[in-house]
Amino acid sequence: MAAGVAAWLPFARAAAIGWMPVANCPMPIAPRDHRKRHDELIILNVSGRRFQTWRTTLDRYPDTLLGSSEKQFFYDEETKEYFFDRDPDSFRSILNFYRTGKLHYPRYECISAYDEELTFFGIIPEIIGDCCYEEYKDRKRENAERLQDDQDDNKDCKLPNMTYRETMWRAFENPHTSTMALVFYYVTGFFIAISVLTNVIETVPCGATPSQKDMPCGERYTIAFFCMDTACVLIFTVEYLMRLFAAPSRYQFMRSVMSIIDVVAIFPYYIGLVMTDNEDVSGAFVTLRVFRVFRIFKFSRHSQGLRILGYTLKSCASELGFLLFSLTMAIIIFATVMFYAEKGSSSTKFTSIPASFWYTIVTMTTLGYGDMVPKTIAGKIFGSICSLSGVLVIALPVPVIVSNFSRIYHQNQRADKRRAQKVQKARLARIRIAQTGSSCTGFLQSKRNDLLNELLELTGSEEEEQQLNKGMSLLESQHHHLLHCLEKTTAHEFVDEQLYEQNCLETTIQSYTSRSPSFSSQDGPIGTCCTRRGKMNSPLPNSSLPLQPSHQQGSLQELSALHIQCGDKLPHTTSRSSLNMKTDDVGLINCKGSQITTAIISIPTAPSDTTDGGAPSINTTASSNVIKVSAL
Amino acid sequence: RKKLLPVHDSVEDDFELSTVCHRPEGLDKLQEQTKFTKKELQVLYRGFKNECPSGVVNEETFKTIYSKFFPQGDSGAYAHFLFEAFDTNKNGSVSFEDFVIGLSIILRGTINDRLNWAFNLYDLNKDGCITKEEMMDIMKSIYDMMGKYTYPCMQDEAPREHVESFFQKMDRNNDGVVTIDEFIESCQKDENIMQSMQLFDNVI
Repeated sequence: MAAGVAAWLPFARAAAIGWMPVANCPMPIAPRDHRKRHDELIILNVSGRRFQTWRTTLDRYPDTLLGSSEKQFFYDEETKEYFFDRDPDSFRSILNFYRTGKLHYPRYECISAYDEELTFFGIIPEIIGDCCYEEYKDRKRENAERLQDDQDDNKDCKLPNMTYRETMWRAFENPHTSTMALVFYYVTGFFIAISVLTNVIETVPCGATPSQKDMPCGERYTIAFFCMDTACVLIFTVEYLMRLFAAPSRYQFMRSVMSIIDVVAIFPYYIGLVMTDNEDVSGAFVTLRVFRVFRIFKFSRHSQGLRILGYTLKSCASELGFLLFSLTMAIIIFATVMFYAEKGSSSTKFTSIPASFWYTIVTMTTLGYGDMVPKTIAGKIFGSICSLSGVLVIALPVPVIVSNFSRIYHQNQRADKRRAQKVQKARLARIRIAQTGSSCTGFLQSKRNDLLNELLELTGSEEEEQQLNKGMSLLESQHHHLLHCLEKTTAHEFVDEQLYEQNCLETTIQSYTSRSPSFSSQDGPIGTCCTRRGKMNSPLPNSSLPLQPSHQQGSLQELSALHIQCGDKLPHTTSRSSLNMKTDDVGLINCKGSQITTAIISIPTAPSDTTDGGAPSINTTASSNVIKVSAL
Repeated sequence: RKKLLPVHDSVEDDFELSTVCHRPEGLDKLQEQTKFTKKELQVLYRGFKNECPSGVVNEETFKTIYSKFFPQGDSGAYAHFLFEAFDTNKNGSVSFEDFVIGLSIILRGTINDRLNWAFNLYDLNKDGCITKEEMMDIMKSIYDMMGKYTYPCMQDEAPREHVESFFQKMDRNNDGVVTIDEFIESCQKDENIMQSMQLFDNVI
């Protein structure tokens, strides 16, 4: 029950006057307010700042420090106030929680300090209201990440017993951990640079000697370049093999992007070694040499920026794809138009639509090489439209893509955040449901407890009874009394969902069975009517009493006892056969027993089954979830 | 005393609904009108004001508050009838005076007063007699509060049968309606009902 409406409980109870005249049975007795004291002001002294509130305000949440008797530990007899040596600023929000029922998280507050305060006062952070919950979770996550980073930094120190393989892997991944690793890092970087440089210079025409014509350096100093290439490839191969050896999961390593780049970088060399200098495959051989340029991507191990760029491109792939698609559409449209416009003119360069693609692209990107120019008037008109639209088509998406980058980047972050928070929110929703539904589940629980109470009363074990009574506050007991009155009025009981399903099944089963006309002895005081708490719908939790199996017949008869013939104005009775002092209660319901028409009762076979010796026995039905209590 | 805060009438229609702030009569006057002590009135008002800071309860808030006590069922209909019963001047809102006067009758009034109030609750059109249809509505609203998960399973005819038995008990001259006199007379004869009415002596 929410805090605020606790004050309206008297009203709800008063409103029950509408049920009284229609009820056919008397109502249960209301719980008395033993501690009938006037509402008093409590002074809470938090590090010198005095807060005052009503006692009932604090009593709203009995499972926190301030609401329970735990605060007595902080009571100061001389000044008659409760003294807490805590932060008064944080205490403000905590006290407001009691007043309004909503816990807020102030932004200026440090997250760990706030958490500590909540833990001290026994409030779980999941109660934080929706308005402040997201902020709280964000701050908490940032804090956790910060702690994690600190931990990771500390983890880089060498652990005592790492295998040689693990050491190597650590050296590869974090070059700054040891000098050897650093040396290796720089050496490989150097060789990558060398390799790329040689690839480039290879194609530069060296100075022409008088004897030979101008040829690129690569062909002039073949041996030298070959040696360079070999050296680089050797280094790369050794590096790759060492990484492969050191990797904790070799399969994982081989699938990673970096290792694929490594392989692509060194493969052409080996293929080139294998292949002979054959004319047929020389074309392919040349193509393979192009792959050598991929060595430049090996730099991404050395550069953080490259890695980030790669990642952002990957995450913006869909936007880029869409841009490409729309551009393609525009190109095809204009190319077609230009082709047909220029078809008439002679010696035109626009020989086909694909040939016009080149013109369209060059014009739309405002390059305008001038190698293809329209000659007809129609062509010129469409050409100008093409270039104008090109400006729009190209210029507009660029800032969109730029903003997309930042949007997508932040969105991804927020999506991850939200996914993590969703789990928490689901949990929170469950907590809330449990809290709001707890009044009814609490009611069902208390019915069980009361039943156990009665039982124990009869056996006279005081301690257990007190144990059960402890949990219930006055408010709760009043609320339960209200629900109980409603049950009495309508002559039905509250049950929880699964029992309801089971009961429905049972009633359909036994609707075709026995019509045993066994009538109860109607002597004895006619006490309560309707189903008293004799019928329980769940097994007793801590029952240490012996369970007795009942017969199938007996169970059916019990259930069948609940239905009474319609129109039968039999007064509602309990059977109190004074012989056995059995409090077998039977429900007489005003529902239409189109199925059965027996009047009650009790377990006919029970007397023979129950043990003697004064021990109370519990008979369970076959379904084992309807329990009748009978005490001998 | 109703005080209307300034309304932005011309431009923004968003601010059309002004907040109505209602202050009740003085504590002394209320003490005369009801049978509550000063302290009780204070406690009642604090609870009232906490949930309805504007000082009046409209039907929606009323239903929301009432539904919190009956999580399993649907208490909307019964809350509606209650609202009608509390809203004596029929202006669509229950002020603190209405609230506390109603409570005073139920909790501190004589048995006859309480029975009168209950009759007033049942008599939906306030014509002095309860018809079967009115009773059927009331009964259905009470049964709705139980919700779906009950033991035994709730049959559809349960309210109707209950109404029948009620009329059989109350309707002396069998004319199909229950007048106030029949109602009070029958209730006074019924021990259970008289006993239940005593329940309200100690609510506050």
